[in-house]
Amino acid sequence: MTDTADTGVTRAEYCAVACAEVFRGDGEVMASAFGTAPALGARLARLTFAPDLVLTDGDAALVDGAPPLGARPSSLVLESHMPYRRVFDVVWSGRRNLIMMASQIDRTGNQNISAIGPWARPVAQLVGVRGAPGNTVNHTTSYWVPNHSPRSFVDQVDVVSGVGYARAAAAGPSATRYHQIRFVVSNLGVFDFATPDHVMRLASVHPGVTVDDVLAATGFALVVPDDVPDTRMPTAEELDLLRNVLDPRSSRDREVTS
Amino acid sequence: MADKRTTLDEFVGELKSGMTLGIGGWGSRRKPMAAVRAILRSDLTGLTVVSYGGPDVGLLCAAGKVAKVVYGFVTLDSIPTDPHFKAARQSGAVEAMEVDEGMFYLGLLAASQRIPFLPTRSGLGSDVLVVNPTLRTVRSPYDDDEELVAMPALRLDAAVVHVNRADAAGSGQVLGPDPFFDELFLGAADRRFVTTERIVATEQLAEEGPIQTMCISRLLTDAVIETPGGAHFTACVPDYGRDEGFQKEYVAAAGDPDAWAAFRERFLAVDEDGYQAATREAADERAAAKAAKEGA
Repeated sequence: MTDTADTGVTRAEYCAVACAEVFRGDGEVMASAFGTAPALGARLARLTFAPDLVLTDGDAALVDGAPPLGARPSSLVLESHMPYRRVFDVVWSGRRNLIMMASQIDRTGNQNISAIGPWARPVAQLVGVRGAPGNTVNHTTSYWVPNHSPRSFVDQVDVVSGVGYARAAAAGPSATRYHQIRFVVSNLGVFDFATPDHVMRLASVHPGVTVDDVLAATGFALVVPDDVPDTRMPTAEELDLLRNVLDPRSSRDREVTS
Repeated sequence: MADKRTTLDEFVGELKSGMTLGIGGWGSRRKPMAAVRAILRSDLTGLTVVSYGGPDVGLLCAAGKVAKVVYGFVTLDSIPTDPHFKAARQSGAVEAMEVDEGMFYLGLLAASQRIPFLPTRSGLGSDVLVVNPTLRTVRSPYDDDEELVAMPALRLDAAVVHVNRADAAGSGQVLGPDPFFDELFLGAADRRFVTTERIVATEQLAEEGPIQTMCISRLLTDAVIETPGGAHFTACVPDYGRDEGFQKEYVAAAGDPDAWAAFRERFLAVDEDGYQAATREAADERAAAKAAKEGA
C-alpha cells in the first residue's frame, strides 16, 4: 500500500476512481467490469455521477444499486433476468460499457487474452478470445492492466482478441462503426487514444508515479503530451464509499500494491 | 409419450470415434460430467469437441480423446484456465478452432435453424479471422452495404447437456439462473442426450419450478439419463455448487504426472457410482485435514 504524503489515498484507490471515470456520461447502459478496481469503479460511478448505470450480479441478473464486493446473493435487489444468451443481445445492441483485462495490450489498442506466442502452437495458452472480438466492434470497451510492464504493454500483441484502432480501420466501416477503446487504466496511469492516428497516449499518471516510470514500463513508443496531469483525487464521498461501504476489507490494496 | 430413459453405457455406445460432439453448460457450470466420464472410460478417440469449455474439455484432452476443440474459451471460472487444455494446446496435441463466444452462439443457432451461416459484426478486425482462414465475410444485399462475418453453422453429430430435472419423455428443466445454450446444442445435433439430476413424473415439473425453468422440450431430445451428481465437480445450482476443493485437487494433480496417475486411478478408472463415492470420501478427507489444521 502506497500512501501519498498528504492524503493517505492509496494507489489502488486512484485506480478505482480512474475506472469509475470510464463510465461517465453514458446514461443507461449495462456496466461490465472485470478485476477489483473496475468492479469498484463501476459501483462508484453508479453511486455518484452515473446513477442510471445498470450493474450485474456477475451471474445472470441485473441488480439495483451498487452492492459491496462479495455481497451475499440474498442481499441483492434483482432488477432483471440477464442470462448469457440475453447478454449477447445487449452486446450487439451497443447498450454496454465494459472494462476487460488484458494480458497484453499494444500501441493501437489491440488486446490479447488468447495465447502468448504463435496461436498455432502457443508458448502459453490463455483463456481464449472470449467475447473480446465482438465486444470491441459493438460497444465502448476499456482495459484494466494491474501489472504495467514491458510484457503487458507490448509493441504488438501476439493474438488480436480485442480489436484496436488500426485493425478496426483496416477491416472497414462495419468494424469501426461502433468501435471505441475509451481508456486503458493501469497501476501506473491512465491512457487514451486521443491522437491523430489513434495511437496510445499517456492521459494521466497516478500520484507517486513519474512519466519516466511509465516509459520504462512500456514496451513501445507512447505518446506523451508536454503536460501530463495527475489522475484526479478521489472525492471525500468516493473515499468513504470505497473504504466503508464497497470494500471495507481492502481487497483493492491486494490487487494493486504500488 | 415415448420413454426415452437410457444409461450412460448406451450413450457411449451410440457415439463413434471421429464424431463432432457438442457439450452443454458454460465454463465450470452445469457440465454433463457423468457423460464426459463415461467417454473417458470408453475406447472412443478423435472427437471434435464443441464447447463453452470447462473441465469437460480438459479431461477429454488429458485422456487423448480429442482431435479438435471448437471454443471461445476454456475456463474453470474460479481458476482462469484448465491445465490439461493448456498442455494440449502448447504441445500441439489438438487442433483448434477459436472463435468469439457470440460467434459460437450464432454457429449453434444457424445449425439449429438449418441454415448455413448467420451474419455478425463480431470477429471483424480480430485474429479470429486470421487463425481460422476458412471463415468468410458476407456483404449485405441491402443499401447499407455492410460487410459482416458469416459465422458458419456448427453442426453436431451428437450433443449432451445436463439439467436439474427431466421427465422420462425428455422434457428438461433448468432450475438455476442461466439455461446457457443447452437448447441450441441439442437443436444443432443429430443425436441428442440429456442427463439429469433426477427424472420426475411430468406433472412434478411444475412443482419443481415455474414454466420458464422448463426450457428444454422433448422435441429436442432423443434420450434421457438419470445421473445424480452428474455435473460434479462443476456447479449445478440449486442442487449443488461447484466443488471448489475438488476442482483445486484436479488442477494440482494435473501439474505432476505421478499425481495425475493417482488421481486418474482413484476417480476416473472407476464407474460413475465409484466416482461419486470416491469424491465424497475425498471431501471428507479435505474437511478432516482442514479441521486438524485449524485445531493445531
